Amino acid sequence: MEALVASAIGIMTAAGIYLILRLRTFPVVLGMAMLSYAVNIFLFATGRLAVNMPPILGHAGANTPGYTDPMPQALVLTAIVISFGMTAVVVMLSLGAFIEAGNDRIDLGEEEKTK
Amino acid sequence: MMGHWIIAPVVLPAFLAPLIVLWMRFDLRTQRVFSVAGMVALLALALTLAASASLNPPEVYRLGNWEAPFGIVLVLDRLSALMLVLTSALGLAVVLYAIGSGWDKRGWHFHSLMQFQMMGINGAFLTGDAFNLFVFFEVLLIASYGLMIHSGGEARLKAGVQYVVYNLAGSTLFLFALGTIYSVTGTLNMADLAQKVAQMPATETGLLRVGAVLLMLVFAVKAALVPFQFWLPATYTNAPGPVAALFAIMTKVGVYAIIRVYTLVFPAGGTIGLLAQEVLLPAALVSLVIGMVGVLGARDMGRTVAYSVIGSVGTMMLAFSQFDERATAAGLYYMVHSTLAAAALFLIVDLVRERRGVAGLRLVPVRPVKNAGLLAGMFFAGAIAMAGMPPLSGFLGKLMILDATRGDWLIWGTILVTSLIAIVGFGRAGSMVFWKAHAAEGIPPEGPRDATSPGLAFTAAGGLLAGLVALTVLAGPATDWLRATAAQIHAPQAYIDAVMQGAYERAWSATSGHEDGHATPAGEPDPAHAAEPEAGH
Repeated sequence: MEALVASAIGIMTAAGIYLILRLRTFPVVLGMAMLSYAVNIFLFATGRLAVNMPPILGHAGANTPGYTDPMPQALVLTAIVISFGMTAVVVMLSLGAFIEAGNDRIDLGEEEKTK
Repeated sequence: MMGHWIIAPVVLPAFLAPLIVLWMRFDLRTQRVFSVAGMVALLALALTLAASASLNPPEVYRLGNWEAPFGIVLVLDRLSALMLVLTSALGLAVVLYAIGSGWDKRGWHFHSLMQFQMMGINGAFLTGDAFNLFVFFEVLLIASYGLMIHSGGEARLKAGVQYVVYNLAGSTLFLFALGTIYSVTGTLNMADLAQKVAQMPATETGLLRVGAVLLMLVFAVKAALVPFQFWLPATYTNAPGPVAALFAIMTKVGVYAIIRVYTLVFPAGGTIGLLAQEVLLPAALVSLVIGMVGVLGARDMGRTVAYSVIGSVGTMMLAFSQFDERATAAGLYYMVHSTLAAAALFLIVDLVRERRGVAGLRLVPVRPVKNAGLLAGMFFAGAIAMAGMPPLSGFLGKLMILDATRGDWLIWGTILVTSLIAIVGFGRAGSMVFWKAHAAEGIPPEGPRDATSPGLAFTAAGGLLAGLVALTVLAGPATDWLRATAAQIHAPQAYIDAVMQGAYERAWSATSGHEDGHATPAGEPDPAHAAEPEAGH
């Protein structure tokens, strides 16, 4: 399972980085989404991977089977909310730039640089 | 002691911003009144907190009364108080300028976005929790995205997309860094981290060092240190003038985070050794050179100032990368100075842009603009301050940095040569725009477009210059205060004690009767930290 999760994070990060280096806004937005998925799984895995464990301590004393660290789950929840919101912002902004400029290039034109 | 007042710099703008959006949406006059009143209140609050912080040791505010490593804490110490005062003073000037120049009526929601921006910045300066720092970074970034594209336009939207994408990538990196550090230490409370990191055996710090350097990269993106400065010139040039001036504090958020984390959590000579210094010093030197060469090479007045911001960040990071008390005090003085100077210059440049019409800020001579004499004088004063010439505070700041790094010829040479380059660059920009204008042909530009009150706009920019003069005149008391601040920064034990002393005992006594000591954790072998409530929401 560790190998699966690790390679999933690695492949998604690589794909995300490749995509955000593109020159059009659409692949860049997709790349940002990929990167945020990768980092969310990464954050989730920082509490170590444990299957079928509750994220809280039980009251069964010595019979408690163990637990999984709840902290990364709280962190990843926050991160998901924020990255979702941010993706929405970047989509709106790219659409705005596309409508204003008539193209979806991400770099500034030569005359725009000195405007 | 300030008690609940510590959270007020976050709560006040967080309350005002939705109020402005929801209640006074269509009434610009009421928005302006509340926005200015909010900024004045924020400044008064920050000054009170600073007065308290300079008399007392670091003070902790526990959110929801959860004990330290389990809940989020805000910490007020001299450094956070200094940053709060700087932010709110700048915020007030920017709001006044936006009202005076009419920028706030060229788009929607300027004032509420300003308040959200203040909330994020103040929170980032106050928080004592690394993940909460990320959350406040996002708050201030999302507000800055809105401010950056305020009033729209093709170039601004495109530059805005670049800015957003760059910072989103930075945020992702921040999460990777935090995840790495959490997986090693099992905590993200900065004081707790400091204790945990100090206990780590030197042979097992590989992953921790990766986390520390990733974190450094994130803060370098915010601070626009080379090689992460690419977002800054286009953003600052294309942002509305008052927003660019406000962004002068945004790079300082990164600088603040570097000072905080690499003196508290990863102190020099501690578990990760001199890693931070080895990374920072070359980056600072190159930033200084690239920034000041950029000042000389820019073809546009906005870019001239934007590059000087990169250079000034390089200068102060040279001081901070020494990680000793005297250099830190000098760096703090220079930081206050350069924030005010950069903001003043951005406002002055915007005043010029408003009056030059179609020529914009390009360094080409056009007929003299309205109020050309006054503007030229103000630009001259701002440029002197930014380049670090006497008599203004930039000179004193650079002198103190040189004094603190005495004997290091590389630093001395770089600072002195780049200062000369900056003088030439600013001189070129100023003479092209103001002096050669008299010889230019053609019709004079029409003057400011739809300004509400040009006098107020000039007052706001002049107020920042007056701040520089005050910083120069009161250099003695200011440096005394900053020396004490630097001493507190470099003795982080007081901070750690304030947050952590007795925290576990209080937490256990609060939950007494709760029998959970027998459970065996599945993965992380550190049960003390697994019971943390949902932090960061």
